[in-house]
Amino acid sequence: MTEPQLSPYLTEFEDIPGTYVFNTFRSRQGFHLNQFCMSLMKADNRVAFKADNAAYLAAWELTDAQRDAVLARDWTGMMREGGNIYFLSKLFSTDGHSFQHVAAIMTGATQAQYAKMMLDGGRAPQGCRSKSDPSL
Amino acid sequence: MARIVAGVTTSHVPAIGAMIDQGRQQEPYWAPIFGGFEFSKRWMAELKPDVAIVIYNDHASAFDASIFPTFALGCADRYLPADEGWGRRPVPTVRGHADLACHIAQHMILDEFDLTVVNRMDVDHGLTVPLNLLFGDLKADQAWPCQVIPLPINVIQYPPPTGKRCYAMGQALRRAVESWPGNERVVVFGTGGMSHQLQGTRAGFINTPWDTRFLDNLTRDPLALTRITHAEYVREAGSEGIELVMWLAMRGALDEHVREVYRFYHVPCSNTALGHIILEND
Repeated sequence: MTEPQLSPYLTEFEDIPGTYVFNTFRSRQGFHLNQFCMSLMKADNRVAFKADNAAYLAAWELTDAQRDAVLARDWTGMMREGGNIYFLSKLFSTDGHSFQHVAAIMTGATQAQYAKMMLDGGRAPQGCRSKSDPSL
Repeated sequence: MARIVAGVTTSHVPAIGAMIDQGRQQEPYWAPIFGGFEFSKRWMAELKPDVAIVIYNDHASAFDASIFPTFALGCADRYLPADEGWGRRPVPTVRGHADLACHIAQHMILDEFDLTVVNRMDVDHGLTVPLNLLFGDLKADQAWPCQVIPLPINVIQYPPPTGKRCYAMGQALRRAVESWPGNERVVVFGTGGMSHQLQGTRAGFINTPWDTRFLDNLTRDPLALTRITHAEYVREAGSEGIELVMWLAMRGALDEHVREVYRFYHVPCSNTALGHIILEND
Protein backbone atom coordinates (compact mmCIF):
# COMPACT_ATOMS: atom_id res chain seq x y z
CA MET A 1 0.00 0.00 0.00
CA THR A 2 1.35 3.42 -0.88
CA GLU A 3 1.94 5.84 1.95
CA PRO A 4 -0.91 8.35 1.75
CA GLN A 5 -0.09 11.97 1.12
CA LEU A 6 -1.45 13.67 4.23
CA SER A 7 -4.25 16.09 3.43
CA PRO A 8 -4.52 19.36 5.37
CA TYR A 9 -7.36 17.67 7.30
CA LEU A 10 -5.19 14.76 8.42
CA THR A 11 -2.12 16.93 9.00
CA GLU A 12 -3.93 18.79 11.78
CA PHE A 13 -4.15 15.58 13.85
CA GLU A 14 -0.43 14.89 13.50
CA ASP A 15 0.39 17.48 16.17
CA ILE A 16 -1.72 15.69 18.81
CA PRO A 17 0.54 13.41 20.85
CA GLY A 18 -0.08 9.79 21.76
CA THR A 19 -3.17 9.39 19.57
CA TYR A 20 -4.03 7.21 16.58
CA VAL A 21 -6.72 8.67 14.35
CA PHE A 22 -8.46 5.82 12.53
CA ASN A 23 -8.84 7.40 9.11
CA THR A 24 -9.88 5.78 5.83
CA PHE A 25 -6.26 4.88 4.99
CA ARG A 26 -5.75 3.12 8.34
CA SER A 27 -9.13 1.47 7.87
CA ARG A 28 -7.91 -0.07 4.60
CA GLN A 29 -4.51 -0.96 6.08
CA GLY A 30 -6.14 -2.66 9.07
CA PHE A 31 -9.11 -4.25 7.30
CA HIS A 32 -8.12 -7.92 7.73
CA LEU A 33 -6.77 -7.34 11.24
CA ASN A 34 -10.04 -5.72 12.28
CA GLN A 35 -12.12 -8.42 10.58
CA PHE A 36 -10.09 -11.10 12.40
CA CYS A 37 -10.95 -9.34 15.68
CA MET A 38 -14.59 -9.18 14.62
CA SER A 39 -14.64 -12.95 14.10
CA LEU A 40 -14.05 -13.34 17.85
CA MET A 41 -17.59 -12.19 18.54
CA LYS A 42 -18.66 -15.79 17.86
CA ALA A 43 -18.19 -18.25 20.70
CA ASP A 44 -16.95 -21.10 18.44
CA ASN A 45 -14.28 -18.86 16.97
CA ARG A 46 -13.13 -17.78 20.42
CA VAL A 47 -12.66 -21.42 21.38
CA ALA A 48 -10.67 -22.17 18.21
CA PHE A 49 -8.51 -19.05 18.60
CA LYS A 50 -7.75 -19.77 22.25
CA ALA A 51 -6.80 -23.35 21.42
CA ASP A 52 -4.15 -22.27 18.91
CA ASN A 53 -3.60 -18.57 18.17
CA ALA A 54 -1.15 -19.10 15.32
CA ALA A 55 -3.22 -21.74 13.53
CA TYR A 56 -6.33 -19.55 13.74
CA LEU A 57 -4.44 -16.54 12.41
CA ALA A 58 -3.11 -18.52 9.45
CA ALA A 59 -6.56 -18.33 7.87
CA TRP A 60 -6.44 -14.52 7.86
CA GLU A 61 -4.64 -12.31 5.33
CA LEU A 62 -2.56 -10.46 7.91
CA THR A 63 0.81 -8.85 7.28
CA ASP A 64 3.73 -10.27 9.25
CA ALA A 65 3.75 -7.15 11.40
CA GLN A 66 0.03 -7.52 12.16
CA ARG A 67 0.36 -11.22 12.96
CA ASP A 68 3.38 -10.66 15.22
CA ALA A 69 1.60 -7.83 17.05
CA VAL A 70 -1.46 -10.02 17.69
CA LEU A 71 0.61 -12.96 18.94
CA ALA A 72 2.61 -10.65 21.24
CA ARG A 73 -0.56 -8.75 22.29
CA ASP A 74 1.33 -5.62 21.33
CA TRP A 75 -1.66 -3.26 21.42
CA THR A 76 0.25 -0.20 20.28
CA GLY A 77 1.72 -2.27 17.43
CA MET A 78 -1.77 -3.34 16.37
CA MET A 79 -2.93 0.30 16.41
CA ARG A 80 0.08 1.27 14.29
CA GLU A 81 -0.82 -1.47 11.79
CA GLY A 82 -4.35 -0.17 11.29
CA GLY A 83 -6.19 -1.73 14.21
CA ASN A 84 -9.10 0.18 15.68
CA ILE A 85 -9.67 0.10 19.43
CA TYR A 86 -13.32 -1.03 19.18
CA PHE A 87 -12.30 -3.97 16.99
CA LEU A 88 -9.27 -4.75 19.17
CA SER A 89 -11.67 -4.84 22.13
CA LYS A 90 -13.01 -8.16 20.78
CA LEU A 91 -9.49 -9.58 21.13
CA PHE A 92 -8.79 -8.32 24.64
CA SER A 93 -12.30 -9.34 25.75
CA THR A 94 -11.51 -12.84 24.49
CA ASP A 95 -8.39 -12.69 26.68
CA GLY A 96 -10.59 -11.62 29.61
CA HIS A 97 -9.22 -8.07 29.80
CA SER A 98 -10.96 -4.70 30.15
CA PHE A 99 -10.52 -1.41 28.28
CA GLN A 100 -8.76 -0.10 31.37
CA HIS A 101 -6.26 -2.98 31.32
CA VAL A 102 -5.29 -2.26 27.71
CA ALA A 103 -5.35 1.53 28.13
CA ALA A 104 -2.92 1.18 31.04
CA ILE A 105 -0.54 -0.94 28.94
CA MET A 106 -0.62 1.56 26.08
CA THR A 107 0.28 4.39 28.46
CA GLY A 108 3.10 2.41 30.05
CA ALA A 109 1.42 2.44 33.48
CA THR A 110 0.30 -0.44 35.68
CA GLN A 111 -3.45 -0.94 35.80
CA ALA A 112 -3.42 0.22 39.44
CA GLN A 113 -1.57 3.43 38.53
CA TYR A 114 -3.91 4.06 35.62
CA ALA A 115 -7.03 3.42 37.74
CA LYS A 116 -5.73 5.86 40.37
CA MET A 117 -5.09 8.50 37.70
CA MET A 118 -8.71 8.13 36.57
CA LEU A 119 -10.01 8.34 40.15
CA ASP A 120 -7.96 11.51 40.60
CA GLY A 121 -9.78 13.10 37.64
CA GLY A 122 -8.04 11.57 34.64
CA ARG A 123 -5.14 12.75 32.52
CA ALA A 124 -5.15 16.55 32.57
CA PRO A 125 -4.96 18.31 29.21
CA GLN A 126 -2.12 20.54 30.37
CA GLY A 127 1.02 19.28 28.70
CA CYS A 128 -0.56 16.84 26.24
CA ARG A 129 -2.48 18.97 23.78
CA SER A 130 0.36 19.30 21.31
CA LYS A 131 3.58 17.51 20.40
CA SER A 132 5.34 20.73 21.37
CA ASP A 133 4.22 20.03 24.97
CA PRO A 134 6.77 18.02 26.87
CA SER A 135 4.80 15.69 29.17
CA LEU A 136 4.17 12.56 27.04
CA MET B 1 -48.60 15.92 13.54
CA ALA B 2 -46.01 14.11 15.64
CA ARG B 3 -43.97 16.36 17.92
CA ILE B 4 -40.51 16.34 19.45
CA VAL B 5 -41.13 17.13 23.10
CA ALA B 6 -37.66 16.96 24.63
CA GLY B 7 -34.02 16.10 24.11
CA VAL B 8 -31.72 14.04 26.29
CA THR B 9 -28.01 13.43 26.05
CA THR B 10 -25.99 10.92 27.97
CA SER B 11 -22.71 9.03 27.79
CA HIS B 12 -23.10 5.35 26.92
CA VAL B 13 -20.17 3.75 28.78
CA PRO B 14 -20.38 -0.06 28.32
CA ALA B 15 -19.33 -0.77 31.92
CA ILE B 16 -22.63 0.82 33.06
CA GLY B 17 -24.49 -1.93 31.23
CA ALA B 18 -22.21 -4.58 32.71
CA MET B 19 -22.85 -3.27 36.25
CA ILE B 20 -26.62 -3.33 35.67
CA ASP B 21 -26.43 -6.86 34.29
CA GLN B 22 -24.37 -7.99 37.31
CA GLY B 23 -26.52 -6.09 39.84
CA ARG B 24 -23.59 -3.99 41.10
CA GLN B 25 -25.22 -0.53 40.96
CA GLN B 26 -24.86 0.01 44.71
CA GLU B 27 -21.09 -0.46 44.85
CA PRO B 28 -19.34 2.69 46.11
CA TYR B 29 -17.73 3.43 42.74
CA TRP B 30 -21.03 3.09 40.85
CA ALA B 31 -23.67 4.38 43.28
CA PRO B 32 -23.01 8.10 42.54
CA ILE B 33 -23.17 7.40 38.80
CA PHE B 34 -26.55 5.66 38.97
CA GLY B 35 -27.69 8.24 41.54
CA GLY B 36 -27.13 10.94 38.93
CA PHE B 37 -30.00 9.50 36.88
CA GLU B 38 -32.65 9.20 39.61
CA PHE B 39 -34.22 12.56 38.74
CA SER B 40 -34.00 11.74 35.04
CA LYS B 41 -35.90 8.47 35.39
CA ARG B 42 -38.70 10.25 37.28
CA TRP B 43 -38.76 12.99 34.65
CA MET B 44 -38.95 10.42 31.86
CA ALA B 45 -41.70 8.47 33.63
CA GLU B 46 -43.77 11.68 33.73
CA LEU B 47 -42.96 12.61 30.14
CA LYS B 48 -44.28 9.25 28.86
CA PRO B 49 -43.02 9.60 25.27
CA ASP B 50 -44.48 7.35 22.60
CA VAL B 51 -41.23 7.12 20.67
CA ALA B 52 -37.53 7.61 21.43
CA ILE B 53 -35.25 8.36 18.48
CA VAL B 54 -31.83 7.31 19.74
CA ILE B 55 -28.82 8.84 18.00
CA TYR B 56 -25.83 6.70 18.89
CA ASN B 57 -22.88 4.93 17.32
CA ASP B 58 -22.34 1.29 16.64
CA HIS B 59 -19.07 0.00 18.12
CA ALA B 60 -18.11 -2.72 15.62
CA SER B 61 -21.23 -4.69 16.55
CA ALA B 62 -23.87 -4.42 13.80
CA PHE B 63 -21.40 -3.05 11.26
CA ASP B 64 -18.00 -4.69 10.80
CA ALA B 65 -15.02 -3.15 9.00
CA SER B 66 -16.73 -3.76 5.64
CA ILE B 67 -18.94 -0.72 5.97
CA PHE B 68 -19.09 2.50 8.00
CA PRO B 69 -22.43 4.20 7.21
CA THR B 70 -22.16 7.91 8.02
CA PHE B 71 -25.85 8.29 8.92
CA ALA B 72 -28.16 5.29 9.13
CA LEU B 73 -31.74 4.80 10.26
CA GLY B 74 -33.29 1.65 11.69
CA CYS B 75 -36.56 0.89 9.89
CA ALA B 76 -37.25 -2.50 11.48
CA ASP B 77 -39.99 -3.68 13.84
CA ARG B 78 -37.55 -4.97 16.43
CA TYR B 79 -33.86 -4.97 17.34
CA LEU B 80 -32.07 -7.53 19.47
CA PRO B 81 -29.36 -6.45 21.91
CA ALA B 82 -26.04 -7.27 20.20
CA ASP B 83 -23.67 -10.00 21.36
CA GLU B 84 -20.59 -7.84 21.88
CA GLY B 85 -18.40 -10.83 22.69
CA TRP B 86 -19.88 -12.02 25.98
CA GLY B 87 -23.48 -12.83 25.05
CA ARG B 88 -26.50 -10.60 24.43
CA ARG B 89 -27.31 -8.17 27.26
CA PRO B 90 -30.31 -9.41 29.27
CA VAL B 91 -32.42 -6.34 28.44
CA PRO B 92 -35.74 -6.19 26.60
CA THR B 93 -35.84 -6.52 22.83
CA VAL B 94 -36.11 -3.02 21.38
CA ARG B 95 -39.48 -2.40 19.74
CA GLY B 96 -39.14 -0.27 16.62
CA HIS B 97 -41.65 2.04 14.97
CA ALA B 98 -41.13 0.90 11.38
CA ASP B 99 -43.90 3.02 9.86
CA LEU B 100 -42.63 6.26 11.34
CA ALA B 101 -39.01 5.31 10.60
CA CYS B 102 -39.80 4.61 6.92
CA HIS B 103 -41.59 7.95 6.72
CA ILE B 104 -38.59 9.70 8.28
CA ALA B 105 -36.20 7.99 5.84
CA GLN B 106 -38.30 8.99 2.83
CA HIS B 107 -38.83 12.55 4.05
CA MET B 108 -35.19 13.14 4.96
CA ILE B 109 -33.81 11.71 1.72
CA LEU B 110 -36.20 13.84 -0.37
CA ASP B 111 -35.17 16.74 1.91
CA GLU B 112 -31.63 16.00 0.60
CA PHE B 113 -30.36 14.25 3.72
CA ASP B 114 -29.19 10.90 2.39
CA LEU B 115 -29.59 8.30 5.12
CA THR B 116 -28.75 4.62 4.83
CA VAL B 117 -31.87 2.54 5.51
CA VAL B 118 -31.27 -0.46 7.76
CA ASN B 119 -33.93 -3.18 7.81
CA ARG B 120 -32.12 -5.49 10.18
CA MET B 121 -29.45 -4.90 12.80
CA ASP B 122 -28.61 -5.62 16.40
CA VAL B 123 -28.15 -2.69 18.78
CA ASP B 124 -25.17 -2.50 21.11
CA HIS B 125 -24.42 -0.73 24.40
CA GLY B 126 -24.43 2.62 22.59
CA LEU B 127 -28.24 2.33 22.48
CA THR B 128 -29.16 0.00 25.34
CA VAL B 129 -27.16 1.77 28.08
CA PRO B 130 -28.92 5.13 27.53
CA LEU B 131 -32.29 3.32 27.55
CA ASN B 132 -31.37 1.77 30.90
CA LEU B 133 -30.25 5.09 32.36
CA LEU B 134 -33.51 6.84 31.44
CA PHE B 135 -36.06 4.00 31.62
CA GLY B 136 -34.54 1.84 34.38
CA ASP B 137 -33.03 -1.59 34.86
CA LEU B 138 -35.49 -3.62 32.83
CA LYS B 139 -34.89 -7.33 32.29
CA ALA B 140 -35.15 -9.38 29.10
CA ASP B 141 -38.71 -10.56 29.85
CA GLN B 142 -39.96 -6.98 30.35
CA ALA B 143 -40.68 -4.30 27.74
CA TRP B 144 -39.21 -0.84 27.18
CA PRO B 145 -42.01 1.67 27.82
CA CYS B 146 -41.89 3.19 24.33
CA GLN B 147 -41.01 2.42 20.75
CA VAL B 148 -37.47 3.20 19.63
CA ILE B 149 -35.98 4.34 16.32
CA PRO B 150 -32.20 3.80 16.21
CA LEU B 151 -30.15 6.36 14.29
CA PRO B 152 -26.49 5.28 14.21
CA ILE B 153 -23.83 7.78 13.14
CA ASN B 154 -20.27 6.82 12.23
CA VAL B 155 -17.85 8.33 14.74
CA ILE B 156 -15.25 5.53 14.56
CA GLN B 157 -13.70 6.06 11.14
CA TYR B 158 -12.43 9.56 10.35
CA PRO B 159 -13.84 11.71 9.04
CA PRO B 160 -17.12 11.32 10.90
CA PRO B 161 -19.72 13.92 9.89
CA THR B 162 -18.99 17.44 11.11
CA GLY B 163 -20.82 18.83 14.11
CA LYS B 164 -22.47 21.33 11.78
CA ARG B 165 -23.74 18.52 9.55
CA CYS B 166 -25.05 16.60 12.57
CA TYR B 167 -26.90 19.71 13.75
CA ALA B 168 -28.43 20.11 10.27
CA MET B 169 -29.40 16.44 10.35
CA GLY B 170 -31.24 17.05 13.61
CA GLN B 171 -33.13 19.91 11.94
CA ALA B 172 -34.06 17.64 9.01
CA LEU B 173 -35.11 14.93 11.45
CA ARG B 174 -37.46 17.36 13.13
CA ARG B 175 -39.05 18.38 9.83
CA ALA B 176 -39.56 14.70 9.02
CA VAL B 177 -41.17 13.94 12.41
CA GLU B 178 -43.44 16.96 12.18
CA SER B 179 -44.68 15.93 8.73
CA TRP B 180 -45.95 12.59 10.09
CA PRO B 181 -49.75 12.56 10.48
CA GLY B 182 -49.75 10.59 13.76
CA ASN B 183 -49.88 12.20 17.20
CA GLU B 184 -46.76 10.58 18.64
CA ARG B 185 -44.78 12.47 21.25
CA VAL B 186 -41.11 11.92 20.50
CA VAL B 187 -38.02 12.30 22.68
CA VAL B 188 -34.62 12.49 20.94
CA PHE B 189 -31.50 11.04 22.55
CA GLY B 190 -27.97 12.12 21.66
CA THR B 191 -25.50 9.72 23.20
CA GLY B 192 -21.77 9.24 23.77
CA GLY B 193 -19.07 11.57 25.11
CA MET B 194 -17.94 13.46 27.00
CA SER B 195 -14.14 13.79 27.04
CA HIS B 196 -12.38 10.44 26.87
CA GLN B 197 -9.58 8.67 25.06
CA LEU B 198 -9.24 4.89 25.07
CA GLN B 199 -5.99 4.50 23.14
CA GLY B 200 -2.38 5.56 22.74
CA THR B 201 -0.10 7.05 25.37
CA ARG B 202 -2.67 9.81 25.94
CA ALA B 203 -5.37 7.33 27.10
CA GLY B 204 -7.28 8.50 30.15
CA PHE B 205 -7.51 12.07 28.85
CA ILE B 206 -10.24 14.12 30.60
CA ASN B 207 -10.97 17.85 30.09
CA THR B 208 -13.61 19.03 32.55
CA PRO B 209 -13.43 22.79 31.75
CA TRP B 210 -13.96 22.05 28.04
CA ASP B 211 -16.82 19.63 28.80
CA THR B 212 -18.46 22.22 31.07
CA ARG B 213 -18.33 24.84 28.34
CA PHE B 214 -19.88 22.34 25.93
CA LEU B 215 -22.72 21.64 28.37
CA ASP B 216 -23.27 25.40 28.93
CA ASN B 217 -23.36 26.13 25.21
CA LEU B 218 -26.01 23.51 24.47
CA THR B 219 -28.46 26.13 25.73
CA ARG B 220 -26.46 29.38 25.41
CA ASP B 221 -24.87 29.09 21.98
CA PRO B 222 -25.32 25.77 20.15
CA LEU B 223 -24.17 27.33 16.87
CA ALA B 224 -20.78 27.98 18.45
CA LEU B 225 -20.58 24.25 19.16
CA THR B 226 -21.23 23.46 15.49
CA ARG B 227 -18.00 25.28 14.60
CA ILE B 228 -15.77 22.94 16.65
CA THR B 229 -13.45 21.13 14.24
CA HIS B 230 -12.62 17.41 14.43
CA ALA B 231 -9.05 18.31 15.39
CA GLU B 232 -10.34 20.40 18.30
CA TYR B 233 -12.50 17.51 19.50
CA VAL B 234 -9.51 15.16 19.47
CA ARG B 235 -7.15 17.68 21.02
CA GLU B 236 -9.55 18.98 23.71
CA ALA B 237 -11.93 16.05 24.32
CA GLY B 238 -9.79 13.04 23.38
CA SER B 239 -10.00 10.72 20.40
CA GLU B 240 -13.32 9.23 21.54
CA GLY B 241 -14.71 12.62 22.63
CA ILE B 242 -15.65 13.03 18.96
CA GLU B 243 -18.87 11.22 19.92
CA LEU B 244 -20.12 14.63 21.05
CA VAL B 245 -21.10 15.47 17.47
CA MET B 246 -24.06 13.14 18.16
CA TRP B 247 -25.21 15.52 20.90
CA LEU B 248 -25.40 18.25 18.26
CA ALA B 249 -27.65 16.04 16.12
CA MET B 250 -30.07 15.89 19.07
CA ARG B 251 -29.71 19.65 19.63
CA GLY B 252 -30.63 20.42 16.01
CA ALA B 253 -33.97 18.65 16.50
CA LEU B 254 -35.00 21.10 19.24
CA ASP B 255 -36.01 24.78 19.16
CA GLU B 256 -33.38 27.50 18.94
CA HIS B 257 -34.17 28.42 22.55
CA VAL B 258 -34.30 25.58 25.03
CA ARG B 259 -34.46 25.23 28.79
CA GLU B 260 -31.98 23.11 30.70
CA VAL B 261 -34.06 20.89 32.97
CA TYR B 262 -31.25 18.85 34.49
CA ARG B 263 -27.51 18.28 34.22
CA PHE B 264 -25.18 15.62 35.65
CA TYR B 265 -21.42 15.35 35.20
CA HIS B 266 -19.17 12.78 36.85
CA VAL B 267 -15.51 11.76 36.56
CA PRO B 268 -14.52 8.99 36.26
CA CYS B 269 -16.91 6.50 34.77
CA SER B 270 -14.46 3.82 33.69
CA ASN B 271 -12.24 5.81 31.25
CA THR B 272 -14.79 8.53 30.61
CA ALA B 273 -16.13 11.87 31.79
CA LEU B 274 -19.82 11.03 32.03
CA GLY B 275 -22.13 13.83 30.96
CA HIS B 276 -25.92 13.99 30.87
CA ILE B 277 -28.34 16.82 30.16
CA ILE B 278 -32.10 17.15 29.68
CA LEU B 279 -33.41 19.95 27.46
CA GLU B 280 -36.97 21.07 26.78
CA ASN B 281 -38.16 23.57 24.20
CA ASP B 282 -38.65 26.91 25.95
